[in-house]
Amino acid sequence: MRIIELGASVTASNDADARALRMRMRESGVLLINLMSAAGSGKTTLLSRLIRDLKELRVGVMEADIASSVDAERIEALGARAVQVHTGGMCHMDAGMTAAAVEALGTERLDLLFLENVGNLICPAEYDTGAGKSIMLLSVPEGDDKPLKYPLMFRESDAVIITKTDTAGYFDFDQERCRERIRRLNPRAEIFPVSAKTGEGMEALERWLREALREWRGAEAARPAKGEDADA
Amino acid sequence: MHEMGIVLHLAKTLDETAAQEKLTRIGSVTLSVGEVSGIMTDLFEDCWNYFRGRHPLLKDAVLKIETAPAVTFCGSCERTYPTVQYGRECPYCHSGETWLLTGNECIIKEIEAEGGEEQEE
Repeated sequence: MRIIELGASVTASNDADARALRMRMRESGVLLINLMSAAGSGKTTLLSRLIRDLKELRVGVMEADIASSVDAERIEALGARAVQVHTGGMCHMDAGMTAAAVEALGTERLDLLFLENVGNLICPAEYDTGAGKSIMLLSVPEGDDKPLKYPLMFRESDAVIITKTDTAGYFDFDQERCRERIRRLNPRAEIFPVSAKTGEGMEALERWLREALREWRGAEAARPAKGEDADA
Repeated sequence: MHEMGIVLHLAKTLDETAAQEKLTRIGSVTLSVGEVSGIMTDLFEDCWNYFRGRHPLLKDAVLKIETAPAVTFCGSCERTYPTVQYGRECPYCHSGETWLLTGNECIIKEIEAEGGEEQEE
């Protein structure tokens, strides 16, 4: 027996898979977006609205769930390309599963590819999926205290979308207090209050998505691998 | 289940190490688990013991878990304090401008293994 000192994170293999997938996505020019939230916060409804609004963009969706394919069917009915991924009981998507789903769907003729992660505010934040951007949803009925309870997801997200703002009259959701709590965890995060139902606030979010895609492709032309091959 | 997912990732990382170092058997794995990593260590051990019986490389691998203390830094008074006891609010100046320094990690510290290039005594 000999002792080998590793000092590696338990998820080191996932981090390597994530880097490889991110490089592949850069080469293909498709922006992969990891969409995270609790169950029932309106991920599929938001995506349906985005697919209708972002007409000039070709959108693909990977629906990760423990079981069923109701979400993928809803998305396909709108004319977007969708694939249902079953995580086999697992509470999150990792980079290996995401890469397999990307393979199944294909990246040709796509601009934006959404990964609708498993509905859960904890585990999905702990695994790098290989996405170019991570976005989380917090719906008004869930309450403005969620940044206090699930700090990691707020810290890991590039944007936080506050959904179901049309229900604000029925709940004690203090948007200013929520913004302050999010900023405290993650000063870089963009915050978009929206109602996918009425369309309120959608424009700002859609502008941000278009800009993110432009940047992703610009970065691809200027720096093919963004230094990610250095430590691979 | 979260802990089972971590076990699968751990096994994959160990498989890769074993392939690189030409290891044939792993006798023990020492993890350093942060106090606020969210990993339930007794459940994690159950998952490990279930999994290793089905994975020849890890069949005899004993899991050793060391707990790493969680420490928070206060941006206002620039002092550090134990996270588990005081949470997000600094016990000295009561500021909420605090950041976790350590305690969220799950690191494979070392493994005991057979095979590959055994070191000369």
